[in-house]
Formats: sequence, structure tokens, C-alpha cells
Amino acid sequence: MSGARLELDGIGKSFRGLRAVHDVSFDVPAGAINALIGPNGAGKTTIFNMIAGVYRPDAGSVRLDGRQISGLRPDLVCDAGVGRTFQIVKPFKGLSVLENVTVGALHRRPALPEARAYAADILMQLGLHDRRHQAAESLTLPDRKRLEVARALATEPKLLLLDEVMAGLRPTEIDVMVTFLQELNRRTGLTILLIEHVMRAVMALASNIVVVSYGEKIAEGTPAEIARHQAVLDVYLGEAEPA
Amino acid sequence: MTLLARLTGGVPARSLWGLGLLLVLLLVAPALLGKYGLSVLILVLYFAFVGQAWNIMMGFAGQLSLGHALYAGVGGYIAAGLFFHYGIGPWAGVFVAVAAAVAAGSIVGYLGFRFSLAGVYFALLTIAFSEFTRIAFDHWGWAGGSGGLFLKVDATSDILNLRGGPLLFYYVILALAAGTFVLCRALLESRLGRYWLAIREDPEAAQAVGVPVLRCKMIAIMISAALTALAGVWNAFYYNNLFPETAFAMGRSIEFTLAPIIGGLGTLFGPIVGAVVLTGLGEIFTDLSEVFHISGLKQIFYGLALLVIVMYRPAGVWPWIADRFGFGEKRR
Repeated sequence: MSGARLELDGIGKSFRGLRAVHDVSFDVPAGAINALIGPNGAGKTTIFNMIAGVYRPDAGSVRLDGRQISGLRPDLVCDAGVGRTFQIVKPFKGLSVLENVTVGALHRRPALPEARAYAADILMQLGLHDRRHQAAESLTLPDRKRLEVARALATEPKLLLLDEVMAGLRPTEIDVMVTFLQELNRRTGLTILLIEHVMRAVMALASNIVVVSYGEKIAEGTPAEIARHQAVLDVYLGEAEPA
Repeated sequence: MTLLARLTGGVPARSLWGLGLLLVLLLVAPALLGKYGLSVLILVLYFAFVGQAWNIMMGFAGQLSLGHALYAGVGGYIAAGLFFHYGIGPWAGVFVAVAAAVAAGSIVGYLGFRFSLAGVYFALLTIAFSEFTRIAFDHWGWAGGSGGLFLKVDATSDILNLRGGPLLFYYVILALAAGTFVLCRALLESRLGRYWLAIREDPEAAQAVGVPVLRCKMIAIMISAALTALAGVWNAFYYNNLFPETAFAMGRSIEFTLAPIIGGLGTLFGPIVGAVVLTGLGEIFTDLSEVFHISGLKQIFYGLALLVIVMYRPAGVWPWIADRFGFGEKRR
């Protein structure tokens, strides 16, 4: 498993005339961890959905290692090497934790016993192994978030899209997840793009941050640059009164 | 790993012994039961079999079909018509019958799944197709129109042409039900089966982990339609008559769904347990209604049974029994 380079080139999407995302371009280099931040309703999840194949962009293109993936069906995007989690978690509720992750593992390991063994291994890494026989619906929210990550990882992606996996986690749990992702990235070179409101995690993980507001990219830079970027401060803190 | 090892992997030895014992009992049952008992057991196996077929769609893949009479009707009519008009026996006609039902299932499935009709909307589509097929058969001379199609009742035993007494039909339906049980187990223990369960639980999440949702649903409806067509062929030759009004009736479609719902959706034993409960008690109530001269008691019972199950054991009778006695199919 190694990372892939993600390129977004002027992508846009409107819903019934409402412009959700407009002309957004940025790159995530292979093996990098980058973050996508912005206020609620800025269009972050819409951008994710365009990468993951849920929406076809009205304009622009998405490329993974130079290959165009925009417009492909979600299962084919997964095939191309993109794993994603859902902001509102979507476990296979009636299935056990192990079987949830096994479904993901079956993508590249068609034999059930092998897929199950691989899934068990991932659950071990994410600290869910003890709960593997529990029904997914009986998990607490933090565990469901972990399950989302485990299931996406089981498809052996080259790019992992994480949509607010820290939300609802306690600070210590956030640190555990951050350490896990750093370790995973170091070990496998997996490229990670995360949407996150928890700045503690963003600052610890991301080498580069893209900021969107009202569907447009307003800034891009290192965490230190973003922290003192005037447009970003305006969006988050409100614009200063004109003197 | 051999196929047998894969099918029995993870199943406790006592469950396997139990299954073997059940099969032996069913094999010798005709010698132990009288004529009436055998006819009831035939009904049980018939409903277990079509229940298993329907369960593949609803229980495994989560697609609600309320028009499965379509596949049974098409299958039955084609095999019976070929025999009636051209003397082509069901051993050959069954292939045409199954092919036609699979084609019908593909049309319904493609229209429903391609345009992402889900839940009750998909169910309405299945009802609609079943209904206008009924109307078409009402006016189709080759199939006998609304007057029906009748096969000559023939007691001489001719296994290939499905002509014979109840014993022949018993062993045929037993083979179909047992074979489908093994098939369902094999499907569930395969990638396709797990993909179905994932689609049932959450199609969007399934697709995100690489499940080709449309293709998997299409395979589900095709397998389900093929098996249901087999039930239709068996039914046509067992009863020797076919009427559009009953073959494609809404009531028949619903009848197919009762055993798996009552027994336990998505389980291997659910449809079988459900068929035992429904048919067994259905027979008792039929007798009672004769004794007390109240017609329709059976239908009332069916309604009540559904009501009670949905209220108190929404997961079905089988998971409850399995939990209580600890020989359950474990959660997947």
C-alpha cells in the first residue's frame, strides 16, 4: 500500500441553481496528510462527494495519480484507490463489527476467510478487536467513527478521505486517533485528506490546509500560515468593522 | 478448501447432526405419514422453498418484492403450455420457464434498480408488473386465457415429465428445498452474499467500499426469479391447472412472503420454520372452519399470526428459538 497524488482542477457543483462549490483547485501530494477546513455549509462534504463519485462535478476534474476519476461510480472510485468515511456514520447496523470491516476487505480479497482475517487485523490496529462480535448498532459514537475508518482502510486505499472522524471524541481519544493516523501514514505512505473542525487534530496532522468558504477556496498554506491568514480569520471570527 | 468444508465451516457439529437427522426424517417421512400428512408436508416444503427464493431478495439483498407471483406464474405457464401444446416435457420446458422468469426479473430489476427505486416504491413496481402480466395472460389464447390451462391428470409415473402421484411431487419439492438451502448457505458464505447484506444495511456505504450495487441487486433478482419459476413449474404440474386470476394474484405474492417474514428474514432456517408454523396452523384452522362452518378462518389466522409476530418477534420465530436453545445462526 502506498499513497497516491490527488489533483482537483477547477471543480464545481450546483444544486438546482444553488452554487455549492465553485472552481476549487488544489493538490494533495502522494503520501501527504492535508486538511480541508471551513465553516459549516462551506461545501467541504460536497467536495468529498465529488472526489468519491457520489456527485459528478458540473465543471473541472478530479485526478488520482494522473488518472481522471471524476464521473466514475463510487464503487469504481473505490476500485481506483479511494477510501472514504461518512460524516454521518453509516455502519452496516445489523452486521457485526468484524463483518462490517470484512465487507470492505472483500473488495481486494474475494475469499471470505482471508478477508475476515485481514479485517480482524485492522480492527486490532484500531482497538476495536474486543468488540468484533458486537453488532455495529450497539457501538458508541466514537467507536462507530473508528469503525468507519477501519472499513475504509480495509479496501486498501491509496487515498483516504476522512470526514470529521474526530467529532464527538474526547481529547484523549482524539490524540489516540491522531497518533494512529500519523503512524499509518508513516508506515504505509497512505495519502490522507481530512475534513475536520477539531483544530487540535488538524494542527497535529496536516502539513497543508485548504480553507473553503461559500463554496470557494479562500486560502491554502501550512498550518502556521493559515493561522494568521486574514481572510481565514475573517471567515472564522467575523470581519473587523471598517474604521 | 473443498466446497463441503466451506459450507460446513463454523457450523457446530451438533447442528450438522441435527440437519442430517432432519434430512433422513424427511426422506423416510412418506413411509410414516398417511396421505393427508404427506399432502401437508408437501405444502410445508413448497412454502419453505418459495420462501427461501423470496428471502434471497428481501432477507439478503433487502429488496422488497410483492410481485413474486409473476415469476412463479410465468414459469408455470410456460412449462405447462409447452407440455400441453407440443408435448415438450417439463424436464426440457423448465429451462425455457426459468429463462423467461429470469428475463422478467431482469426487466423489473433493471427498471427499479437503475432508477434507484427503493422500499415501497420498488414494491409497487413489482406489483404493477405482476398485475399487468395477469391481465395479459387473461387474454392470451395460447395460455388458455381467463378460462385457464388444464393438464391431463395422469397417475402413471413418469418422472421426467413430472407425471405421477404425490410421492413423486414430494421428493421433487424436497430436493428443491434442500438444494436451495445449501445454495443459500453457499451464497451467504460468499463475497456476493456479504455484498447483499451490506446493500441491505446501507447501499450508499456499500458502494463506497467498492460494492457494485446495481450488479449485485440484479443477480439477486435473477436468482430469486429463477428459483421462484421452479416453484411455479412444480406447482403447475402438481395441481394440473393454471388460472391467471390465481397464478398472478396479489394474494399469491403475499403468500410467498409470509414464511420468511414469520420465520425470520435473512436467515437460512427462517423460511422453513415459518412454513412449518403457517402451514401447520393453517391446516388446523382450515379444519376448525369446517367444523364450525365459518369460512375464511384461515385468512383471519394468517392476519393474526402476522400481527403477533410483527409485534412481539419482529425478527421472526427462528432467531428467537435459536437464541433460546443456543443453536443459533450467529450474527453476521
